[in-house]
Amino acid sequence: MPAIEANGLTKLFGEFKAVDDVSFEVPKGQFFGLLGPNGAGKTTTIRMMIGVLRPDQGNVRIMGVSMDREPLLAKEKLGVIPEIGNVYPDLTARENLELFGRFYGLTKRTRMERASALLEELGLGARSDEKIKRFSKGMKQRVSIGCAIIHQPQVLFLDEPTEGLDVQSRRMIVEKVNGMNKAGCTVVLTTHNIEEANRLCHRVCIINHGKIVALDTPERLRSTFEGARSVEVTFDRVVECGLFFDQCITRAEGEGNKLRFYTSDPDEAMNKIMQVRDDLGLTIISLNTLAPSLEDVFVKLTEMSA
Amino acid sequence: MNLKIVVRGVMATAVKDIKIYYKKPPVFIFGLILPTFLFFAFFVGRQLDMEKYYPGFLAMALFFTASSVGPLIIPWEKQAGTFERLLSLPVSIPILVLGDTIAGAGFGLIISLVIFAAGALLLPFPITLMAVVAIPLLFILGNLCFAALGVLLSSPAGPVPSNIMMLAALVRFPLIFISGIFVPLAEMTGTARIVTMLSPLTYLVDGFNHALGNGGALPLVLDLLMLMIFTVVFLLTANYILKRKSLKGL
Ligand SMILES: Nc1ncnc2c1ncn2[C@@H]1O[C@H](COP(=O)(O)OP(=O)(O)O)[C@@H](O)[C@H]1O
Ligand SMILES: [Mg+2]
Repeated sequence: MPAIEANGLTKLFGEFKAVDDVSFEVPKGQFFGLLGPNGAGKTTTIRMMIGVLRPDQGNVRIMGVSMDREPLLAKEKLGVIPEIGNVYPDLTARENLELFGRFYGLTKRTRMERASALLEELGLGARSDEKIKRFSKGMKQRVSIGCAIIHQPQVLFLDEPTEGLDVQSRRMIVEKVNGMNKAGCTVVLTTHNIEEANRLCHRVCIINHGKIVALDTPERLRSTFEGARSVEVTFDRVVECGLFFDQCITRAEGEGNKLRFYTSDPDEAMNKIMQVRDDLGLTIISLNTLAPSLEDVFVKLTEMSA
Repeated sequence: MNLKIVVRGVMATAVKDIKIYYKKPPVFIFGLILPTFLFFAFFVGRQLDMEKYYPGFLAMALFFTASSVGPLIIPWEKQAGTFERLLSLPVSIPILVLGDTIAGAGFGLIISLVIFAAGALLLPFPITLMAVVAIPLLFILGNLCFAALGVLLSSPAGPVPSNIMMLAALVRFPLIFISGIFVPLAEMTGTARIVTMLSPLTYLVDGFNHALGNGGALPLVLDLLMLMIFTVVFLLTANYILKRKSLKGL
């Protein structure tokens, strides 16, 4: 049984299809990334999976429990940091955590113990009993993650959890979530930060205009884009990109003496580069062949589906 | 199993509301200061027969306090960005409506009991069997009914608390004039009487008149029954509207 099953999820806002027939499964313990440009439908997809928004078509199962038929039981199994994921500013950090624990039916003792431990872990031990009104955005988000995991959920949904945070908070949150994943928790993360997705996710789903355009491991997505491989060369002086015009080079970019050549055939491309070097009497200072970054894949795919 | 989650959700919602919203300024203004002000405006220095009007005043104070918390919660949560998060917890719209209603009723109960205790010292009433049975029922039903009305008023809310506070004031003020507080129901005829019969507050006023020894215009059982019916109608309507409007303004 997969941790999450999404079947044909579709959501209309009036005439506009925000999410269009999205299906995927996330096996237990996987770190799953949901990527896409702004307005792609990531948040709407997450909202349907966590039972906040009812899909117009399709259904969701969390740990085998239908969100449509048993919403309370399904919601018990998950934890969420929504995009607008605020906690209660009038309560202290500890009160927030304990309140969320109450909604999940934790006993008073468990609530207190876990809240203390989590606050300590999230670097908020000293400020546990302060109203979070006065907290920075990063500290509020740390309280928010505490609230999302106080019941030790089997599935965790995070909608752009590190957007606009300070480095320390970002690192703490990523570390905590990664730790939970290592301990067996299934994680769904939406992010703009492709590097973050590349580093954390076992599998990513790229969506655009409400549709899935790719769904695979970061490595395989990169390797399907052989055309996006590149050679990066630094010469001893400034060179004009246009000189390297050739069939085997799909695109050349860069300024000054550091240039990047996109190619599906690095060998042919190197021949051409060496030819120009000899013709102009250049010296190569450094040379790298680069696999396509996930960002290249992302840009390519979203361009193709536009 | 499911019932356990429902009860837990209702209680957790009520605890949240009590911790956060009892202390909000609009609750103080509309729930405490306003009834006090009305009391002075209408009753003090007018040589009115206090014994005759006291049950009406008690009902009015209960009405305002019980319905003061509800209108605040949902718009406030939408504005603070906590409402969507609440929906992702193991709760449903009916659970939230019930929890908010209980929290509102709790506030109304505390304040109205204080007023009642103070009133009972100044104006002792005959302690009859009917009073002993009816008074607790009236306090509980009245507070639930008007707390549910408060939640109903906020159910179409977007994320702007002041809009709903305005709407709530607009609905609540006129009610006190068509509920037999100033003109006893028994003295009314024709259209005025029909309009008065449509106000839920009428039945609480009449109930208190029975219980505090003034004698009511309607049977006490009818008063209690009508409060119950209004409560159920308010809860169902609030639930219906909120289900459609839950994501408004998110
Ligand atoms: N409640 C709503 N009403 C109308 N349109 C909406 C609503 N929520 C989202 N949308 C639209 O649906 C599309 C997808 O939005 P969203 O899921 O938030 O995208 P993402 O999270 O990928 O940025 C956007 O074009 C957005 O404007
Ligand atoms: Mg989004």
